[in-house]
Amino acid sequence: MQPNQVQSSQEGHASIADIVGIVEQSAFQKLRTSQAFWVSVALFVLVVFMTMLEPSFGTAENATNITRNFAPIAIMGLGMTVVLITGGIDLSVGSVMGLVAIVAGVLLTAHYSWYVAFIAGLLAGIACGAFNGFFVAYIGMPSFVVTLGMLSVARSLAVVLSGNQMLYQFGPDAPIVKAIGQAKWPIHSPDGWVPNWIPQFSSHFWVMVVMALALGWVFIFTAWARHLFAIGGNETAARMTGVPVDKIKFQAYVFSSFCASIASLLLLGYSGSAINAVGTGYELRVIAGTVIGGASLMGGYGTAFGAVIGSAFLEVVRNALLMAGIDSNWQGAFVGIFIILAVLLGMGTSGRSLKSFFIIKRG
Amino acid sequence: MSLLEVQGVGKSFGAIRALSDVSFSIEPGEVAGLMGDNGAGKSTMVKLISGNFPPSEGEIRVDGKACHFHKPLDARDEGIEVVYQDLALADNLTAAQNVFLGRELKKGIWPFRILDKQAMIDRSAELFGELKSETRPRDLVKKMSGGQRQAVAIARTRLSNAKLVLMDEPTAAISVRQVAEVLDLIRRMKARGVAVILISHRMPDVFAVCDRIVVLRRGTKVADKPTDQTSPEEITGLITGAIRAA
Repeated sequence: MQPNQVQSSQEGHASIADIVGIVEQSAFQKLRTSQAFWVSVALFVLVVFMTMLEPSFGTAENATNITRNFAPIAIMGLGMTVVLITGGIDLSVGSVMGLVAIVAGVLLTAHYSWYVAFIAGLLAGIACGAFNGFFVAYIGMPSFVVTLGMLSVARSLAVVLSGNQMLYQFGPDAPIVKAIGQAKWPIHSPDGWVPNWIPQFSSHFWVMVVMALALGWVFIFTAWARHLFAIGGNETAARMTGVPVDKIKFQAYVFSSFCASIASLLLLGYSGSAINAVGTGYELRVIAGTVIGGASLMGGYGTAFGAVIGSAFLEVVRNALLMAGIDSNWQGAFVGIFIILAVLLGMGTSGRSLKSFFIIKRG
Repeated sequence: MSLLEVQGVGKSFGAIRALSDVSFSIEPGEVAGLMGDNGAGKSTMVKLISGNFPPSEGEIRVDGKACHFHKPLDARDEGIEVVYQDLALADNLTAAQNVFLGRELKKGIWPFRILDKQAMIDRSAELFGELKSETRPRDLVKKMSGGQRQAVAIARTRLSNAKLVLMDEPTAAISVRQVAEVLDLIRRMKARGVAVILISHRMPDVFAVCDRIVVLRRGTKVADKPTDQTSPEEITGLITGAIRAA
């Protein structure tokens, strides 16, 4: 009687597992194969863990800081995602930030109004993107080479234009510029409706949210995005079916530089100064963030949400390491290792990868 | 009137003569096999008909009208579609997305002009149904068998209501069961009045579905016979040159 009972309970266990497996596959199949989902899970676990371990981590102030720190990276990540989907890469984003900051900074120093400076900065950034896009899309050069060249060119221009000086005497519009970069919402005030546990999110964060939602909408609903993915999946096929491949690739690089410009202007406003070194090394953080979020360096895959969650993940890890008392100079090592790990895990797949950390294979 | 007439067509690439004085015609709903060894000029012929480049001499007529194709889109406008050997599908997209790639259905008003996904899925399902293929519109192409991929590529030609479909080695790299599937797809296109030019090395496939076989050797046409008046042995002889012409 006894052994028989054991056997039957084992059978029951096995069949439940099977049923659960089947249900999961039909209902959550898409979610489970999404790297961004698993990174979100990892991020959530990390945040809960850190909150329990370190009281100062789980505060509204720290949430404000973390979201402000990763927002510019995530904004650039949106642009990078678009480029990565086409199967290209944009190494110039960090340098474009530097150039944009200096162009805007020089004009502000010369007492131009803030919108003139911002528009000129944006145009300078977009010009860099157009240069990248032209040589990649219409001339057919490898994106790695062109954007590596632009990385050097834009940084050099920034240094030359700034006279290798830090620009901080911004003339009459300085308060407006700062207000844009340092704005927060919602604001904590004694008589306000906002409880103190809600973080005062920075303007950087809100710009990121709006841009991510907009790009997410574009990805899901427009033919432009459909073509973008098709180019990454099979460029020849896209061309043969009449997709305007060159035009779309060109636009991808312009968009990437546009995102870098926005990020740069927000940081300019936040610090109230323009330095030509701003954004140095950011290209790696941006690429790491997007790849961790599930974009493929081989092209054809990527989401707006992934770019945001990947950047957030990197920043939370960095913040956690700082709180754990680890020297901030280790940051580069961690970013590098995360890039390698993310690519390794996502290799040859649509990015089901991190899930292998969480799902134990049966049988 | 023939659907497609190829009259005295030749093509040179510099000093290399790829095709010379080839003539044949295709009737609506006819399946013709285009055979020949490597370098016989089959690919050049396909590229001429599909508009990749114009012929050096001679004329290509569609429905009796002389056509001068300079790019594939020109040929497509005349109802000629090609199913390429590597199928030209984007692996990371679904079947329906591939079928409608480059001619997506949209709804709404700019700037909120969005993809009409449901309509595309429904229409794709309809096309797969017509082809009696088990391909599902929402499946990723990456996860499909060779036969299903063919169905997607063929559904794309059906979408534009092509009159003539050129199939370049559709059975070259797939399993025996899938070959049968593809041959069925060709028969169904024929049943719907679509003419097919089947370019293939595989004798059994050509004999299974073709009404007529055109053989090219070293850039010239050496045979153009109804399938029931020839044999695999004769065609092999024509391809290799053991038989001069028929």
